[in-house]
Amino acid sequence: MSAHYHSSQDGRQRLQSLALVAAGLVVAACSSDSAPPLPDTPPPPALATFEVSVSNLTNAQPLSPIAVIAHDDGYRVFSVGEASTPGLEELAEGGTNGQLLAEAAADSSVFATAEDSNPVPPGASTSVRFTIELTELPNARLSVSTMLVNTNDAFTGLNGIAIGDLAVGDSRRGSGIAYDAGTEANTEQAIHIPGPVGGGEGFNADRDDRFDRVSMHSGVVGRDDGFATSDLDNQHRFDNPVLRATVTRIE
Amino acid sequence: MKRLFAAAVLSATLMTATAVQAADFNVRIVNLTNGIWFTPFLVTAHPEGTRLFQVGQPASAELQAMAEGGDIAGLVTTLEGLGATIAANPAGGLLPPAMSTDVDLDTDGTSNTQLSVVAMLLPTNDAFAGLNAITIPTEPGTYVYNLPAYDSGTEANDEILNGGGAPGVPGMPADPGGLAGTGATGAAAADANPTVHIHRNALGDTDATGGTSDLDSRVHRWLNPVVRVIVTVR
Repeated sequence: MSAHYHSSQDGRQRLQSLALVAAGLVVAACSSDSAPPLPDTPPPPALATFEVSVSNLTNAQPLSPIAVIAHDDGYRVFSVGEASTPGLEELAEGGTNGQLLAEAAADSSVFATAEDSNPVPPGASTSVRFTIELTELPNARLSVSTMLVNTNDAFTGLNGIAIGDLAVGDSRRGSGIAYDAGTEANTEQAIHIPGPVGGGEGFNADRDDRFDRVSMHSGVVGRDDGFATSDLDNQHRFDNPVLRATVTRIE
Repeated sequence: MKRLFAAAVLSATLMTATAVQAADFNVRIVNLTNGIWFTPFLVTAHPEGTRLFQVGQPASAELQAMAEGGDIAGLVTTLEGLGATIAANPAGGLLPPAMSTDVDLDTDGTSNTQLSVVAMLLPTNDAFAGLNAITIPTEPGTYVYNLPAYDSGTEANDEILNGGGAPGVPGMPADPGGLAGTGATGAAAADANPTVHIHRNALGDTDATGGTSDLDSRVHRWLNPVVRVIVTVR
């Protein structure tokens, strides 16, 4: 990949420095009454900042802290039919996003990463900001990843939607369907479910699903529907879409 | 049959207007499901006004043969009569869960401006995935279509695995994944809606040697969409 791509660590540094810049702008704005007039054509900002807001559309499936990755089309969080990366497996089985974000940070096609620190309960929303350089904007795509935590290995999100054509103030909406990471059998047993229903084991490196590739999730069956050994009930069933996301370019 | 042919008259009148168009494109088909196999896909570019099926209308005999037994020969014959561009069975057999296939189509010199894709879901009685006569984009680029599972409305969803795949024969023809059970008493009588409609999903049960269904509710259900079609226009 060409030299102008930056790792997500650079992205994080940019986020921090952007916050300092923003703080400076606030101060400048407050004192603008006595300040000399600005030049007519200020240089355009070198950064593009986005805010992605995510809503949990499900009945009883909290979403794990979301992982946000801005990248070009040389990177994908997943593809249907291909095996999950170890980072995606950890996210989809255990709801932890650290390994997935670390994998992304090491990929030369990734511009920036960001994360939320809290789960998103059913019916709730959250938002996360990230910043990329304007030179990265034309090829920029957005991926958002999160686990449906009352499952064995269901995850959802956005998989590389284009954001490079968004002008400041523009938004794009997307919805997320539920995928199966293909890394853990859907036992629906509490000992294998990290969410509030289970409190059980999250990530386990064993891959014991019927096949080791990502597919769509076929849904929760539950004990109310005859799956006697399931610890899930009809409340935990879901249908698509399970997530709604809106990305807005704010700077 | 009549429904398919009625469209030919209309499309002939449109031929002059639509003969010039981008002609070279690729169709990628992704089986999105976790436990469903697809019978050989029929991928076809055809004239405007032709439809392989219509929601709310009874299935044609050719569509019924595809939806109940995976037999696309009748649809192919009909489409050949219309001058359609046809790619039959691009996967060279069944398409397993989470696998994909692709095929190039060239409609140069034809009036085949519409794209349709159909195949049966296995194991089911008469479920099929369908892309129904979308206008093929002419601007170079990548276009994504998500396909739901339809029910042809022609057969009771009894979910009994007995090899029955011919039109009018009850039961499910095959279980390629080998995870279905035996000894089911029957999950459902005839569809309340005998026309083509969105499939209400498999029922299944967790009894491998009895119960009402030979399908496994933990394996053979799906959530839409079941197929993704990616058209790349060059």
